[in-house]
Amino acid sequence: MTDFGSFLGENIAQFWHLTGFYNATWQHLVMLSVGLFFIWLAIKKDFEPMLLVPIGFGILIGNIPFNTEAGLEIGIYEEGSVLNILYNGVSAGWYPPLIFLGIGAMTDFTALIANPKLMLVGAAAQFGIFGAYMVALLLGFMPDQAGAIAIIGGADGPTAIFLSSKLAPNLMGAIAVSAYSYMALVPVIQPPIMRLLTTKNERVIRMKPARAVAQSEKIMFPIVGLLLTCFVVPSGLPLLGMLFFGNLLRECGVTNRLAKTASNSLTDIVTILLGMTVGASTQASTFLTKETIFIFALGFMAFIIASASGVLFVKLFNLFLPQHKKINPLIGNAGVSAVPMSSRISNNLGLEYDPSNYLLMHAMGPNVAGVIGSAVAAGVLLGFLA
Amino acid sequence: MFRRLLFAVIALAACSGMMSGQARKGLRINEVMVENLSNAVDDYGQHGAWIELFNSNFAPLEISSVFITTDPSKPRMYPVPLGDVNTRMPKRQHVIFWADNQPTRGTFHTNFALVPGQANWIGIYDADGRTLIDSVTVPPIPADASYARVIDGEGSGVEAWQVRDGSSETLYITPSSNNKIKDTNSKVDKFHEIDENGFGMTITAMGIVFSALLVLSICFWIISRVNAARSSRKKMEAQGINPTEVARADRPDGDSGEEIAAIAMALYDHLNAHDRESAVLTINKVRRAYSPWSSHIYSMRQAPQRNVRR
Repeated sequence: MTDFGSFLGENIAQFWHLTGFYNATWQHLVMLSVGLFFIWLAIKKDFEPMLLVPIGFGILIGNIPFNTEAGLEIGIYEEGSVLNILYNGVSAGWYPPLIFLGIGAMTDFTALIANPKLMLVGAAAQFGIFGAYMVALLLGFMPDQAGAIAIIGGADGPTAIFLSSKLAPNLMGAIAVSAYSYMALVPVIQPPIMRLLTTKNERVIRMKPARAVAQSEKIMFPIVGLLLTCFVVPSGLPLLGMLFFGNLLRECGVTNRLAKTASNSLTDIVTILLGMTVGASTQASTFLTKETIFIFALGFMAFIIASASGVLFVKLFNLFLPQHKKINPLIGNAGVSAVPMSSRISNNLGLEYDPSNYLLMHAMGPNVAGVIGSAVAAGVLLGFLA
Repeated sequence: MFRRLLFAVIALAACSGMMSGQARKGLRINEVMVENLSNAVDDYGQHGAWIELFNSNFAPLEISSVFITTDPSKPRMYPVPLGDVNTRMPKRQHVIFWADNQPTRGTFHTNFALVPGQANWIGIYDADGRTLIDSVTVPPIPADASYARVIDGEGSGVEAWQVRDGSSETLYITPSSNNKIKDTNSKVDKFHEIDENGFGMTITAMGIVFSALLVLSICFWIISRVNAARSSRKKMEAQGINPTEVARADRPDGDSGEEIAAIAMALYDHLNAHDRESAVLTINKVRRAYSPWSSHIYSMRQAPQRNVRR
């Protein structure tokens, strides 16, 4: 009887050592709070719920404390575990190109084709990336780490994950969470910058309606776009190739089923897996570090520089344009690739100052150019630093 | 149809053949030890001569059925056996073959031995037994010294090789690992050293981003011009105007959005004007033959939908 009692006692003690209550540390609790905060932001405040719910819940999954030495094969970093297999899409970098396929299939490049000079606004906004790169170097990061952090300024989650998985895998969790957090906060970050850098007269500039774009141009865009950009930056091929491929599926008119799958089911599936595994990769031991604080600060700064440089570039561009072709600088912020959130901000702010001045379609031009620009910038960084 | 299918099959076969051939060409003899007295030991605890092969491709490479030989007149001397998972080499990785004339000891033990004190020619042939993939003549070298490529898988001729005796960092003997030890990323180090504040990277990268998008922008500006000219010419032709006789300023403009919308509306009205409706709405009383209390659909709640005001 005594033996049986001690056997039971040992079993219970052993089980207690396996529980989350026994293995919890204050770092776990902090991370669980972060996960809950993300979920709250998504559900209550409606900040990018499609991303923040999977990431927030992923943070909860990744930070349930357990005995890592028990060999349970449940942790995301344990070879062969289910989470580890799902995480392969992030660590090997094949989720982001699939997301780009969906983005391509969803995106209408008409506004950009109708007014190709707006592509340069998308290029100018990439200065956010390289401004943050310089500051990251100043803070003591190595060039490859600095490049991975700076890409947050592109405001493009999949690109940030793709590049950081290649250049600085150890920082990827913090970079991904930072990128998605700031993308969710675009409506808070951008308007003050846009107001600060524009005059009242500039905000009410009316732009000429975009010309009609022929279907043949829409079909040529992804083909020519792929050939030109990837001949310049072959290292951007995984992202740009999939982006333009998705767009061709959409525009060619004979692959509607494929375009529909790429833009709906496939993107949804990959978004769920990507968000959840990125969240789960932010384990307390790797996430709660001094570097993470720097990454969040640099990401914030990169967003500000990117938005500001887009607006300032439009103002500079306007100096060389005739009066009837002036561009409203409120669309400059859309040069970052947070599609279509930043275009919506341009539109809303424009309507605030002139209730009949709709800027949405004009802003979509630099916005989608920003997607291409950030993928090119990522390709450049990858080419130089990988 | 049959012809097309046949063509597709032949094209696919040709492509796969080319790919396989190209992949095998990436196999390299990387390092050789002819007389092993105190160097690496095999699974049997024996010191034997060894030949290190290197997959210089950036993709895995299956090496079963290639031949390793020391005699150019007998290219099929040692066929690497089929059916061993270890013959699939990961990208940029190495594998050791023990040249100990003990083929019964497994896949990686050859049926020939290297001869110390004299030059040894070693070749690897593709599965056809004719295509030489790589070869090297190992000069007479001291015991426990190796003859290795300076940089893994790269170069040809004697200048690409060196005798290694382990006496210094650059002369380490490295069975199953890189001849050139890579403990740093030279690109990153270079940027860290020369471009400390990041100006160089910023200027270069922004230049590239701007150039790529500028080229794309110019390209589509030209395409739009060509398209506009073509549509204007078509319009003139439809109106019976000869484009060469009309001054550019007098040519008709493209249709405005308003005109297109009006035409589309008229077409829609025209095509949808009908007296007979294609569908008839009526009320049909449905008799439920089952009890809703036992129905599965009534016990499942719909997923909640929230209307978000933007």
